[in-house]
Amino acid sequence: MSEQTTIQPEVATPRRRGASSLLWALIPLLLLGVLLAILVITGAGLGARTAPPIEELTVDRITLPAPGQIAVEVTNGGADPVTVAQVQVDDAYWAFTISPDATIPRLGRGTITLPYPWVQDEAHFIKILSSNGVTFEGEVAVATRTPPPDARTFWRYALLGIYVGFIPVGLGLLWYPFLRRLGRSGMQAVLSLTIGLLVFLLFDTIAEALEIVATTAGVFGGAPLVFLVALLAFLALIALGARRKGQVVSRLGVAYRIALGIGLHNLGEGLAIGAAFASGSAALGTFLVVGFTLHNITEGVGIAAPIAREQPRLWHFVALAALAGLPAVAGVWIGGFIYNTLAAAICLALGAGAIAQVVYEVGRLIVRQSDEEGRPVLSPATFGGLVAGIVIMYATALLVPA
Amino acid sequence: MTEHSRITRRTFLGGLGLVGLATGAAAARRLLPGDATPTAHAQDGPHADHTSMTHNMVEGDVDPAANGFDPTAMLTDFDYGTVSTLPSGQILREYQIIAGERLIEIAPGVTFPAWVYNGRVPGPTIRCSQGDRLRITFSNGSSHPHSIHFHGIHHPLMDGLEPIPSGGTFVYEFDAEPFGLHLYHCHTVPFRRHIHKGLYGAFIIDPPTPRPAAKELVMVMNAFDTNFDAENEFYAVNTVAFHYARHPIPVKLGELVRVYLVNITEFDPVNSFHLHAGMFDLYRTGTRLEPSEHTDIVTMGQGERHILEFSLTFPGQHMFHAHQSEFSELGWLGIFEASESGSAATEFTQASVAGICDLTPRTGGQA
Repeated sequence: MSEQTTIQPEVATPRRRGASSLLWALIPLLLLGVLLAILVITGAGLGARTAPPIEELTVDRITLPAPGQIAVEVTNGGADPVTVAQVQVDDAYWAFTISPDATIPRLGRGTITLPYPWVQDEAHFIKILSSNGVTFEGEVAVATRTPPPDARTFWRYALLGIYVGFIPVGLGLLWYPFLRRLGRSGMQAVLSLTIGLLVFLLFDTIAEALEIVATTAGVFGGAPLVFLVALLAFLALIALGARRKGQVVSRLGVAYRIALGIGLHNLGEGLAIGAAFASGSAALGTFLVVGFTLHNITEGVGIAAPIAREQPRLWHFVALAALAGLPAVAGVWIGGFIYNTLAAAICLALGAGAIAQVVYEVGRLIVRQSDEEGRPVLSPATFGGLVAGIVIMYATALLVPA
Repeated sequence: MTEHSRITRRTFLGGLGLVGLATGAAAARRLLPGDATPTAHAQDGPHADHTSMTHNMVEGDVDPAANGFDPTAMLTDFDYGTVSTLPSGQILREYQIIAGERLIEIAPGVTFPAWVYNGRVPGPTIRCSQGDRLRITFSNGSSHPHSIHFHGIHHPLMDGLEPIPSGGTFVYEFDAEPFGLHLYHCHTVPFRRHIHKGLYGAFIIDPPTPRPAAKELVMVMNAFDTNFDAENEFYAVNTVAFHYARHPIPVKLGELVRVYLVNITEFDPVNSFHLHAGMFDLYRTGTRLEPSEHTDIVTMGQGERHILEFSLTFPGQHMFHAHQSEFSELGWLGIFEASESGSAATEFTQASVAGICDLTPRTGGQA
């Protein structure tokens, strides 16, 4: 009986499509609207709300635009509007202004400006009190003036991005002639090494995305947001790269996709570096740059590996290095000037999805090659390469100050 | 811009000695005779730009009418009760105290769900003379049990240890002994919560021979933990943070000022009182008529209370605050404004802006 009723529309639909089926699609929505209206109007028998509002304000970013000045950017991620009543700096109430308004609506943002004689290289703590006396805290770990958004800072940030992104990737690509001289098993090992380092980057990117998303207002979804964005990015790239049966995957295409994934990862690194510089925690400066440069040089090998058997034109190498490296520049700019934790987490999640997709692609290359040669996929060469890739990334990551 | 951007407030407290020593030194130099030019501080040196803008202060002001009580009025608001004479000739004073629950504004824009005696925090200042019979009718109009525990000498059954249930009434009756400055507070468990939510007040028993005439002020040092993490967000005397900085207390030059100072601060082991540009006589617990000390700082544990007597020698604004920097920066800071007339005072003005340079005492000073 029930089977008949479910099957029937399938059979009978061709004639009945159109207005009536649209109506059937709308009825649940209309009923939902009625239900919501009843809930809002009557309180649905749950009684009037007597509990105080649940306030949730997230400090997104604290900048020190000038000596004696602190700016605090906040987002209201709670269910109710939050009114900023008073602000403490280091356990002292302080005069402040807030724009656009002291009452921040749900999902709204506000910027609090305080005239405060902050002390170079020391830590400061901000405590914001709502009209209900609920407190929200933020910290300036190492007080130093936030670089102003002028041409000089833009250029300095661009240089940073080039040092940690473009140059190491380009240097890594210079291993291309060496890779061409490798035998088949050597090639398999290098591809496996690529997978190893990509797997490291995948975990690293996800970890960083989770860390950042934890600091955003909870309403935006937190950890599930990261995983879902990564999953969707992965599936979308698979779908884009889908080929009909028998069609050979272009190795140059794989290289470009690796470069894209690494580029998104480097965008994330750029965000972290830019934000660190803006917030002063990168007093570490040169050491940070050296660490990232060494860390990223292996990425070039990963991009060059799939095309070792081909002979792409020179401009392809420049383009690959740019695709993988230059997003770091954009990342430093974004991180340094308009750091937005939610956007940063989403970028990193996209990067994770892209990296997962290239792990899948390169993995298929290795499997196909092993099949052609009748060798097991996990041979000493491939397994050794995989381990080497992960170990190299782990070891060079130790050079980056946390 | 919103109501929170009151730029005019920024001329307030800037360059205060508490805030920046460099500024304090600059201001002091200009106070010397012969350097009387009232130079605007903003023209003074490289720091001027931000010191003239920075302020340890809350934004805005609390409207006493909306709040139901005015800390300025509280200073001199003494409840002598309904007075009659018993057949024995003893004076009988009858008081009505009702416990309730109320949202009060403890700092501009910040509300606190207080428990209150007679609608205010601190509760009414009960005042009587030694030997008077006191009859305090306590009604609990709150949803929690409460009581009143008076400090002083009385029968243990009148000690306020028994919680009076919601809707209940109890009459505390005892003779006022000994003279001095005491306090009363709720003694229902959980004790800490009942205290810090506002159930306390000052209790003055005058000596048989009254103290000399003076401008008398009641100051109850209290604090509020607005986010219930057992640490105070606001400190004050008589509840409203920075109230007497916004609204300085006018004092006549040379006039005897008597402060009834009670410490009921919860969560912190001690609180203190420090007078600027003056010294006071200290009468510990007010139980003797001779001062025990001549000082400018007194540090007190919870429940301690002392009487302070002083007169101000120089005209102008005398700051007073807790000498725990943190407490003062979190609201426990006020101003006495001394003048010939002792009339209404204005908001605090920086010396560097005022350009004051007359160093002649206006009175004979204190003994």
